[in-house]
Amino acid sequence: MTRPRVGTRRAWDVIVIGGGHNGLVNAAYLSRAGKRVLVLERRPVLGGAAVSEQIYPGFTFSVFSYVVSLLRPEIIRDLDLPRHGLHILPLESTVTPLPDGDYLAGWADPDQTRREIYRHSPRDADTTIEFGRLMYHMAMAVKPILSMIPPDPTSLAPSDLAALVRLGGHFRSLGAERFHALYKLMTMSSADYLDAWFEFEPLKATKSASGIIGTFLGPRSPGSAYVLLHHYMGEIDGAFRAWGFAKGGTGAISNAIADAARAFGTTIRTEAPVARVLVKDGRATGVALESGEEIKAPVVVSGLDPRRTFLELVDPSHLPGDLVDRIRRLKFRGSSGKVNLALAELPNFTCMPGPGPHLRGAFSMSPSFDYLEQAFDDAKYGDFSRRPYMDIVIPSMIDPGMAPPGKHVMSIFVQYAPYHLNGGWTDPKREAFGDAVVDTLAQHAPNLRSSILHRQVLTPVDIERITGLSEGNIFAGELALQQLFFLRPAASWSRYRTPIRGYYQCGAGTHPGGGIMGASGRLAAMAILAD
Amino acid sequence: MLKTTPFHSRTAPLVQGAAWRRWAGYSVASAYELVHDREYAAVRHAAALFDVSPLYKYQIRGRDAVRLLDRMVTRDVTKASVGQVLYTTWCDAHGKVIDDGTVSRLDDQTFRLTAAEPNLRWLGMNSFGLDVAIEDVSEAIGALALQGPLSRAILNRAADREVDSLKYFRVAPNVIAGVPVEISRTGYTGDLGYEIWVPAAQAVPVWDRVVTIGADYGITAAGIWALDLARIEAGLVMLDVDYHSSRRAMIEDQKSSPFELSLGWTVSLAKGPFNGKRALAAERAATPAWRLVGIEVDWDALETLYAAVHLPPSLPSIAWRTSVPIYRGGEQIGYASSGGWSPLLKKYLALAHLRAPHYEPGTGVEIEVTVEHQRRPAAARVATLPFFDPARRKS
Repeated sequence: MTRPRVGTRRAWDVIVIGGGHNGLVNAAYLSRAGKRVLVLERRPVLGGAAVSEQIYPGFTFSVFSYVVSLLRPEIIRDLDLPRHGLHILPLESTVTPLPDGDYLAGWADPDQTRREIYRHSPRDADTTIEFGRLMYHMAMAVKPILSMIPPDPTSLAPSDLAALVRLGGHFRSLGAERFHALYKLMTMSSADYLDAWFEFEPLKATKSASGIIGTFLGPRSPGSAYVLLHHYMGEIDGAFRAWGFAKGGTGAISNAIADAARAFGTTIRTEAPVARVLVKDGRATGVALESGEEIKAPVVVSGLDPRRTFLELVDPSHLPGDLVDRIRRLKFRGSSGKVNLALAELPNFTCMPGPGPHLRGAFSMSPSFDYLEQAFDDAKYGDFSRRPYMDIVIPSMIDPGMAPPGKHVMSIFVQYAPYHLNGGWTDPKREAFGDAVVDTLAQHAPNLRSSILHRQVLTPVDIERITGLSEGNIFAGELALQQLFFLRPAASWSRYRTPIRGYYQCGAGTHPGGGIMGASGRLAAMAILAD
Repeated sequence: MLKTTPFHSRTAPLVQGAAWRRWAGYSVASAYELVHDREYAAVRHAAALFDVSPLYKYQIRGRDAVRLLDRMVTRDVTKASVGQVLYTTWCDAHGKVIDDGTVSRLDDQTFRLTAAEPNLRWLGMNSFGLDVAIEDVSEAIGALALQGPLSRAILNRAADREVDSLKYFRVAPNVIAGVPVEISRTGYTGDLGYEIWVPAAQAVPVWDRVVTIGADYGITAAGIWALDLARIEAGLVMLDVDYHSSRRAMIEDQKSSPFELSLGWTVSLAKGPFNGKRALAAERAATPAWRLVGIEVDWDALETLYAAVHLPPSLPSIAWRTSVPIYRGGEQIGYASSGGWSPLLKKYLALAHLRAPHYEPGTGVEIEVTVEHQRRPAAARVATLPFFDPARRKS
């Protein structure tokens, strides 16, 4: 990057558009390297989709993203996030209520989990151990890629070749068995993949659920096995895992990163929406705010998704036509909704009555592949799922500070809620969607409906409106194979640069992608500092 | 059979994995749940309830109670006002530490001393000619430590009188569930926390009341594994782990002065005569030969050592209490005495004794780690203690 000219005093070296967690990570790393960085956030709160807000007085919701599993350990270390308030609490169990009134549970303790699975299938109890080991190796195989600026496989540049050779060596070191398993994971559906391992349907379905989160795929769609792996990666760090629930909600993660960035010298402005990036002679010169204010900087970084980065913040006429076409065809297709509840009392689950440790973990509405696939079928034809897949946590059971003493908040991640709903989303449809969620859950926890003090229902359209994520896609672009690694977001432009000199991208729409991971922001900072 | 604490009827049913351990002749829980992560987390984000009844406790009453304690311990007890608690060491005549604990001034002439080891004989030896009555109340008094950011909110509701006005290292009488207790703003976690001192015979209703009120605040019964991690983060030493009582040391090298344990701040040389004063005054004038410091292991270095054998780093989730060599420039300069992975700070930490001049903060050292059966040096750095010190501890 260009250095400030001698004799002139420029206010900013870098402007980062968007105070989402990747934008903040990017700013923190750039400030750490001595750059003068300004972050511009449209909303009054920082974090993008990782925000905690008191939507109902006294009750704090992790409005969108609600657990943390993928946050890169090197970011936690480099930015010393624990000093800035990041505190990850254990989220230990998953319970799947079953239609016959029974349940399937996974606990923190392996013996307890084994005994529980054995109750349903002695064979699967054994398989779980082997499967866990393989997935662990798979995640280890992919892990180095997460911290790598993607090389261009068609390039003959020495740095690309060196990176490709390293990558090739890495895959060769896996051995044939693991390489084959990885190949299957990259190409199969999670249902097919899991069928080869397990027999107990609710166990398979619950494991497959992480393969559909945030994507417009069902468990029987090819490619869903990769999303499964993407989520598994958060669980591989053993005792050092960053998997769990952030104290104060996911907004606390964003705030910790923001505090770290400020400690390095970053300036952050909220309620400062950027209208467009200023471009002169093929290079970025600053930004214009919606207020009309113009701020100059030789480097501008967009933390927004690729559609906004390439098609809205700049005039596409500055860009090659094939790139514009590729970005226009990127798949977003938001498929998830969120229902946040303020509760007067704890839900009483018929399958596990009364209070207990299960209320401190997750509940998964995933009794069978058929259930999940039928939920997807609704969405495929433009309806929200009448009986949706849901991932439910009660954050106030983990962090009592999320609600007044004795009261609770419940976070319900829901699939499927297609962005392109038949006839479009309206207020009555949003409420009907909320009703479908509460009705489904109330079948398993009958006291739920009467204990609701406040209900917040978010459709993909709401997610788009509030966070700016196009089509409400929680990953800033689907985690589909054709949109990953050196193709994320587009071939030749996967390395955080753009055809406009001085204009960079750092959002989850770049490699390695979604979840509260921060890797995109960090890798982008490295690319910027290298230029 | 080991003794059981006054809270045993409540703690025993909570222990899921038969994870009991010995502490001063009692059996106490190492962990209540099968995985102790949550018990640790409660210390730092909600409230953890520890049964610390096995502590040795002595009541010292009488006209000369101040004189006895002041000549025995290193802090200045004459300056302690009623309701004040002092953390202190006490030494032998050569200025070597015998034990450490707290001195609470309950009223003008009544004190309570807590200790890690029996000290009745030592108290007796120091009280010759003084007008004091010394009573071993170790079994008569049960003790609970309620530690964590929400501990205050719980006690404000559980006790008859609020604890908002109870300052750091102060003690005051109170009533919980109709039982007269003392509540002190003390603990072994370096966090906001309280200890509740209760007549053993009436211990159970106090536990029940605190746990019932605490339910809304995420109260969690927590065992020694959780406590051990928290006290390492807080940089607090443990007798028989991080140092040895001079009474038990087999050789001189096994003894430590308060200065060598980085507890020089507990030594008041301005006060009147006390055990070890002359030796400590001489030592203060010189540079301590040793110091207790924090060690932060460099994660990237550790990861590299494991990567060489195709493994990710793996560390025990329970704090270790073994002697581990520390090197600098290939030469051993000291040893770590306890350590563990901090789930809060996301760092691998240790408490270590380093020789002068290697104990300055920031000094680069190497700690021995065993990676797949091979001993390897991992880069580490000398850190200032405590590793974790939230403002709420004193606020």
